[in-house]
Amino acid sequence: MENANHLCCPTNIILFVISIFIARVAYVLYWSGKPLRTLISQPMCALIILGSGGHTAEMLNLVAVLQKDKYTPRFYIAALTDNMSLQKAQVLEESLAHQMHESAGERTEVAQFMKIYRSREVGQSYLTSVGTTLVAIVHALWLVFKIKPQVVICNGPGTCIPLCAAAFLQKVVGIKWSYIFYVESIARVKKLSLSGLLLELLLCCHRCVFHFHCIFDMIL
Amino acid sequence: MGEADDRRRLKKTVFVTVGTTCFDALVKVVDTQQVKEELARKGYTHLLIQMGRGSYIPSTSSGEDGSLAVEYFTFSPSIADYMRSASLIISHAGSGSIFESLRLSKPLIVVVNEDLMDNHQIELAEELAERKHLLFTRPQTLYETVRTMDLESLIPYPPADAIPVAKLMDKFLGFDD
Repeated sequence: MENANHLCCPTNIILFVISIFIARVAYVLYWSGKPLRTLISQPMCALIILGSGGHTAEMLNLVAVLQKDKYTPRFYIAALTDNMSLQKAQVLEESLAHQMHESAGERTEVAQFMKIYRSREVGQSYLTSVGTTLVAIVHALWLVFKIKPQVVICNGPGTCIPLCAAAFLQKVVGIKWSYIFYVESIARVKKLSLSGLLLELLLCCHRCVFHFHCIFDMIL
Repeated sequence: MGEADDRRRLKKTVFVTVGTTCFDALVKVVDTQQVKEELARKGYTHLLIQMGRGSYIPSTSSGEDGSLAVEYFTFSPSIADYMRSASLIISHAGSGSIFESLRLSKPLIVVVNEDLMDNHQIELAEELAERKHLLFTRPQTLYETVRTMDLESLIPYPPADAIPVAKLMDKFLGFDD
């Protein structure tokens, strides 16, 4: 009786839960780094995170050469205040649909466009950014749990951190397994950008570098 | 106004950059009469040398006698502006300078510094030279390169070649081609 009481005391339960959680995170981290061995023919739901200007241009460059029937449906996400990125993605998707002779109805099924709250606007004070970051994280969780992406592709804007973290959490709690690809911008040939470093260290995502640095630094 | 436009159109600058390194061998060779005359023959009017930490001081010239106008400086925060206004860039093999020039789609001659044992950067320049995005040479052979260069044969550098990235992703995810 005394022994059972001892086992049920709150600290032990908390310790037990924490160790299970750590074990699960370790398991997810381990398997995240492993490529899929089997050939698959099922398409994968892709979440494509767009940033501003150069980032978006590079990302759409990549999307343009992906096998569209494999990475489908595609969800594009950009910051709420970013007016250009989703428009550019829409233009790309329209030209793709045109090539594939798809009707407008089919098109809305393969590509969807969404916006996310930004954690910090340029020039915003750090104090208020704590609040907005929390809002951004909750919004990211909501979007990711709704989309349940199997592939996440991002290339560096701050927007991708809450979304990638949400995708990682999605794996930890077992909603859906996903592969996170961080495509390093060509502008960062020598140093990893801060976002890239955070993502690689924390979430064990697969980093690859644009252009033929792939040949030199095969990081996948 | 028209006259000023004409003059600007006629101005053709060769920009030499060594980045933050010390690369006297390159500065010395572009400062030789042979190279300067060859550049003038090719229609260039100005030579601007960013000499970095090097100790060799090139001889300046105002270019009034019809020869190449030569200027130099050590460092500048606005290297990008100099690159933008150049008609030809002669650079050390640093990846930053290389990519910056290529992104601006400037004809580029990369001169490798044989005193540095940085093979990674040499590999990069060689690879890009094989793809005909730039010319690759050594200080001793720079004159020969300038003499025989055919800038028309250089292929513009694509903004970013995403195909290798897409292939790696496919492979990782087990998608067959």
